[in-house]
Amino acid sequence: MTDSTSLAQRNKRLIVKLFSAIAVMFCFGFALVPLYDVFCEVTGINGRNVVRSSQASVLIDKSRIVRLEFTTSISPGMPWHFKPMTKYIDVHPGENKVVRFSAFNPTSSQIIGQAIPSVSPGPASLYLNKTECFCFDQQALNAGENVEMGLVFFISPDIPKHIKTMTLSYTLFNVTDSVATQEIAALF
Amino acid sequence: MNTASATQDEHEIEHDHKPKGLMRWVLTTNHKDIGSLYLMFSFLMFLVGGAMAMVIRAELYQPGLQIVEPNFFNQMTTVHGLIMVFGAVMPAFTGLANWLIPMMIGAPDMALPRMNNWSFWILPMAFSILLASLFMEGGGPNFGWTFYAPLSTTYSPDSTALFVFAVHIMGISSILGAINVVVTIVNMRAPGMTYMKMPLFVWTWLITAFLLIAVMPVLAATVTMVLTDKYFGTSFFAAAGGGDPVLFQHIFWFFGHPEVYIMILPSFGIISAIIPAFSRKKLFGYSSMVYATASIALLSFLVWAHHMFTTGMPVAAELFFMYCTMLISVPTGVKVFNWVATMWRGSLTFETPMLFAIAFIVLFTIGGFSGLMLAITPVDFQYHDTYFVVAHFHYVLVTGAIFSIMAACYYWLPKWTGHMYDERLGKMHFWASVISVNVLFFPMHFLGLAGMPRRVPDYALQFADFNQLVSIGGFAFGLSQLIFLVVLIKCARGGKKAPAKPWEGSEGLEWNMPSPAPYHSHTTPPEIK
Repeated sequence: MTDSTSLAQRNKRLIVKLFSAIAVMFCFGFALVPLYDVFCEVTGINGRNVVRSSQASVLIDKSRIVRLEFTTSISPGMPWHFKPMTKYIDVHPGENKVVRFSAFNPTSSQIIGQAIPSVSPGPASLYLNKTECFCFDQQALNAGENVEMGLVFFISPDIPKHIKTMTLSYTLFNVTDSVATQEIAALF
Repeated sequence: MNTASATQDEHEIEHDHKPKGLMRWVLTTNHKDIGSLYLMFSFLMFLVGGAMAMVIRAELYQPGLQIVEPNFFNQMTTVHGLIMVFGAVMPAFTGLANWLIPMMIGAPDMALPRMNNWSFWILPMAFSILLASLFMEGGGPNFGWTFYAPLSTTYSPDSTALFVFAVHIMGISSILGAINVVVTIVNMRAPGMTYMKMPLFVWTWLITAFLLIAVMPVLAATVTMVLTDKYFGTSFFAAAGGGDPVLFQHIFWFFGHPEVYIMILPSFGIISAIIPAFSRKKLFGYSSMVYATASIALLSFLVWAHHMFTTGMPVAAELFFMYCTMLISVPTGVKVFNWVATMWRGSLTFETPMLFAIAFIVLFTIGGFSGLMLAITPVDFQYHDTYFVVAHFHYVLVTGAIFSIMAACYYWLPKWTGHMYDERLGKMHFWASVISVNVLFFPMHFLGLAGMPRRVPDYALQFADFNQLVSIGGFAFGLSQLIFLVVLIKCARGGKKAPAKPWEGSEGLEWNMPSPAPYHSHTTPPEIK
């Protein structure tokens, strides 16, 4: 009889361990989200984590030139016209530059947009410093409104020698609906 | 139960308080009943998923759109994949585990019989939900069984919540099944049955169960994120809200790659039982088989991104995943060589289980080699998302996992039913299957290399001839499985009486029990030599 109770106890102990392993792995699935962000931020792998810089650069490396190309795309469900006003720009690392993007809302209602940057090659994103960017905030355009949106940036002087060209791409998303939901949620 | 050992049977009958009719199956906590339920359910799902494959192949019989709408075609590829993975292969292995593990380790039943009943009976619910979603307005899931975001979030049909809940329930079922297997193997072994004396089927299932416990919760987390992204405005995978669709692929394949080993490791255990039995030799390299299985399981956590070479990963990461993937061929090679070495100079006979086992070794190895080709990063850019990938994973899953399940059914049927199956029909089933399956899947390699993308209802004209051939092979393979159905029904209803040990060379505790195996397995622990 002692044998069978000890079997029940052993079963119970093992089941508790296995269920806790399952709970841990379920949480691990969600923990992968912040882990992924941290990993990308450290390594610059997916080109999303452009550096947000609070002060302008002072050191300029006149000996080198890096070409920065600009491209834009519109996600489905976003009716705006969105274009870079400069196709590319050649800069010395450390030099502060301003480029402009034009956006136009051809519809008859207000639409809120959010631009998401991506840099290619990915690791180059670690050296692109933005001091001001329209992508830091959501942009609201009234019906028929046309705006020029600015981007102030510099490329860190410690950028590796082999990076001679990099591309900064913006995808524009329509976030009107989700903003509306958040505003309604904020009322309560 | 009119078996040879009458005294033991009378003793057994006293303990059987099973209700009659349908309620016997609904309320059962017996490992053999539940094993049979799992196996019957998985065969039903195999036929349902197979019927969907027939729709796919009928549409692809010639270029252009003939039979179904593209959206319905996508639903067919998606649900075919989901049903075959979660409804056919995984429950079949759980069914085999239920039937065999207690008999093999000298236990009277599974450790947690009531949970066992639940883990089976929630499965039909999950698949009813999934299949019902096909009839909803807007259709069922159409984003591929891998449900990549944003296909499954932004662009998915309204029925996606049903898909998510169905996957949750399937996951819970496999997790409960896995817990039961672990507890049974760890705590219920007969005295003297040390870990290194366990049959390899038990070993491979123990390792599989740990894989299930590790990754099924991650799948649950993934589908939960898809659910909240679609319906509750979160942005795990939506770039506009700060998420990343590539993250979905990382999380999914962190589950997905161990999942493919979940679907093949128990096969290794089955083949390691059948090859020695019909070679009349001991398995070559038992302990190396155990270590090889364990290393495959560990490596499976380090290779997930080889599914994602074209997402723009840095070269260093691509190389890491490429080398890790190739490393897996070492323990897998150990297994294949051990099976071949077991057959070397054995006195071989070629009954149906052995035929399926040998076909497994040859054809699974072909699937392994095409996997190695896919692992090579630079060429993967050509193969990615083509029919080459389809050919690869059908070689490892159909001629791998499913052939091993069929081999297992033929091998243990005499023990389960007490009757010998019809050997002539069995051989017919084997030859029809092995020929048609190669006509079905081998030309897909060339289609893929020539650039035919997967998951398309229509294709360029130059692929027409090979697709016709593939479809003919597909219909033939589908029809061949009806022979299997006949064999199973015939064997369950009667046939030549099977002795306790119908295969001369087989080893293991299950063969010491009469055929059919008594309702309760070893009620007194057997002696282990």
